[in-house]
Amino acid sequence: MARRVTRTRKWAVTIIAWAIGILIFFPILWTFLTSFKTEGEAVAMPPSLLLFDWTLDNYREVQQRSDYFMHFLNSVTISLGSTVIGLIIAVPAAWAMAFQPTKRTKDLLMWMLSTKMMPAVGVLVPIYLIFRDTGLLDSRLGLTIILTLIDLPIIIWMLYTYFKEIPTEILEAARMDGASLYNEIVHVLTPMAVPGIASTLLLNVILAWNEAFWTLNLTAAQAAPLTAFIASYSSPEGLFYAKLSAASTMAIAPILILGWFSQKQLVRGLTFGAVK
Amino acid sequence: MTFKSGLLGMCSLLVMSGFANAETLTIATVNNGDMIRMQKLTDDFTAKNPDIKVEWVTLEENVLRQKVTTDIATKGGQFDVLTIGTYEVPIWAKQGWLVPLDKLGADYDVNDLLPAIRSGLTIDGKLYAAPFYGESSMVMYRKDLFDKAGLKMPDAPTWDFVAEAARKITDKKNEIYGICLRGKAGWGENMAFLTATANSFGARWFDEKWHAQFDQPEWKKALTFYVNLMKDAGPPGASSNGFNENLALFQSGKCGMWIDATVAASFVSDPKTSKVANEVGYALAPDNGLGKRGNWLWAWTLAVPAGSKKVDAAEKFISWATSKEYLALVAQKDGWANVPPGTRTSLYANPEYQKAAPFAKMTLDSINSADPTKPTVKPVPYVGVQFVAIPEFQGIGTAVGQQFSAALAGQKSVDDALAAAQALTTREMTKAGYIK
Repeated sequence: MARRVTRTRKWAVTIIAWAIGILIFFPILWTFLTSFKTEGEAVAMPPSLLLFDWTLDNYREVQQRSDYFMHFLNSVTISLGSTVIGLIIAVPAAWAMAFQPTKRTKDLLMWMLSTKMMPAVGVLVPIYLIFRDTGLLDSRLGLTIILTLIDLPIIIWMLYTYFKEIPTEILEAARMDGASLYNEIVHVLTPMAVPGIASTLLLNVILAWNEAFWTLNLTAAQAAPLTAFIASYSSPEGLFYAKLSAASTMAIAPILILGWFSQKQLVRGLTFGAVK
Repeated sequence: MTFKSGLLGMCSLLVMSGFANAETLTIATVNNGDMIRMQKLTDDFTAKNPDIKVEWVTLEENVLRQKVTTDIATKGGQFDVLTIGTYEVPIWAKQGWLVPLDKLGADYDVNDLLPAIRSGLTIDGKLYAAPFYGESSMVMYRKDLFDKAGLKMPDAPTWDFVAEAARKITDKKNEIYGICLRGKAGWGENMAFLTATANSFGARWFDEKWHAQFDQPEWKKALTFYVNLMKDAGPPGASSNGFNENLALFQSGKCGMWIDATVAASFVSDPKTSKVANEVGYALAPDNGLGKRGNWLWAWTLAVPAGSKKVDAAEKFISWATSKEYLALVAQKDGWANVPPGTRTSLYANPEYQKAAPFAKMTLDSINSADPTKPTVKPVPYVGVQFVAIPEFQGIGTAVGQQFSAALAGQKSVDDALAAAQALTTREMTKAGYIK
C-alpha cells in the first residue's frame, strides 16, 4: 500500500514537473518556431505549430540589416567584464561579512539590497549627465561599470550565503598553521567556494546579458549590445513578429547554450543555503 | 575594458586621426519600412559626400523616443540627426533643442513641401525639421463585401453612412466585422484615432483658456457613437487592438472597413501578405458635415539637435534624404509604389507615381484636408490634429486613453469614463500651470 502511494506520487510529481517545464519553455520554443515563418503566417489565426513553409528569409533579412557580430561582442565584453570586476570586489566583501561580522553587517547587507528596489528610470538623468561629462556615453567601459554596480549587491549576497555554509573552524585551523589573510582567502576559502563562485558568475553573466534598461539608454551606435539589436526589430507600424523572433533567437542562443551546459552549477548555486 | 580592447581603441584612434577630415554622423531613426530603405541607400549619400561617414541607430518608436528625449534634454550630443514626429517638433523647437534648417541647399525647393505638413514644422517662420514621410488616416474598405450588401462607398462618406454600412456588413457567425478601429490605450494608439474623430464631431481637448472639455456634449456624442458602433459591428476584444492587430484582422479578411493610417494602404494592397489585396477600396475619413473630417496628420521628420557639433554635415544628410532626387532614387531601385509618401507636391503630380500607387490621390486629399494649426470646429490654443503639442500630452493622453479603452471594454460607462477624463486632465493641467 505504502509503496503504491509513493509510486503514484512519484508519477504525479513527474507529470507536474514536466508540465511546468513545458509551460516555461513554451515561449522560447514559440519564438524559435515563429522565426521560421513568414510575417503573414506569424500572425495567422489559428496558428500552425509545425505545418508551415519553413523559411530562412527572416534570418537573411536580419543578417543584412544589422551587424550581429558587433552586438554579440559587445554583449560578451560587457557581461563578462562586469561579472569579473564584480567578483573581484565581492569576494573580499562577502568574506568580511561572513567571517568577521560586526553589529552593522546585517544592516549593511539590507542597505545594499535596498539599492535594487529603486526604479532605474529614477536615476537615468543624473547617470546620463555623469556619463556625458566623463565621456562614457556609448562606451563598453561605461556599460561595464554601470552593470558591475547594479549587480554587485546580488553578487555579494550570493557569495555571503555561500560563505556562511563554510565552517569557520577550517579557516581557524588555517590561521593556526600560520596562514596569512591573503593565503587564507586565496588558498583555503576560494577552492572550497569554487562551486558557489561559479554559479554566481554564471547567474550574473545571464543577468548582465539580459539587462535591457541601461544597455538601451546609455548606448548609441558603438557599444550597443544584443538588447539594442532586438529592440530594432519590433515596430508599431507593420508586421514584425517573424523578424523579431529571428533576432531574439539569435540573441538568446549563446546564453541559452551556456545555461544548458552549466545547469548543475546554476541549480546548486540558487538552492544553496535553502536547507539548513 | 580589457587590455585588448584598450589596444584596439588606441589603434582605431590612430586610424581615425589619419582621416581627420572624415566626419561621422550618428543618425537615430525608427524602424519603419521607409527608414530601413533609407538606411540601405546610405551608399548613395556617402558616394556623393566622401568626407562624411554615417552610423545608424535604428530602434522601435517608443524606445527611440525615450532615448532621444533623454539625450536632447541633457544635451548629451550622442546624435547628429534625429527622426522625430510632428508632435515633438514644435515643443522641442520652442525649448531651443533643435537647430533651424537654413542650409538645405539652393536646389532643395522648400516650397515643394506639402503646406499642411510644412506648417506644423515651422515655428516663427523658421523650418526646424524636414519631413521624410507624411501620413494621414482614411477609410479602407472591402469592395466585395460592400457589393454583396448592396452598398456603395462615397469618396467622402459621413459617419452615419459608415455606421449603417458597418452594421449591415457585420456577420459575426462567419467572423466578419463591419468595422475595425483602434481600442488599445495610448496617446499614439486609441487617442490618435479618437481625438481626430472627436474633431469631426465638433469636440476639442481644451477651450482657449486650457480648460478640459470632456464634460461637453460633443465629446459625449463622439464617444457614445464609437462605443456603440464597436459593440454592434466591431471585432471581439477590440479594446486591445492597435494598428498591427487591426492590420492582421483586415489582411485576413475579417473587417469590412478599417479607418487608420494611410501608410497601411501599401500593406493591405500587397498580395504577398494580404488575402484581400484585390478587394480594397479607399475613401476619405468620415465627417458629420461640420467642416472637419476625422483624419489625422502625422509626419516623421529629420532634425538636427542643438548638441550636435556637425551641423553642416547633418543638414547635408537631411537635404539628401528629403529631396526630390531621393524620391527618384527609391523609384529607380524599388519602384514608385515604395517611394516615401506625403511630403512633396511634385510627387503627386508625377504620372508614374499616380499609376503605381492607386491610393495616392486619397492620401494627398487626406493630408490636405487636415490643418494642424486649426484642427477643430471651435477655436483651440494648441497645435496638432490628433494630439495637443504640449509636453504634458503624452502622459495625459495615455491616461485618458485608458479611460476610453475601459469604456470600450464595457468596464465603465461612457459617462464615467468622460468624468474621469475630465477630472484627471483638469488636475494635470492645473498642476502644470496652464489653468490659473
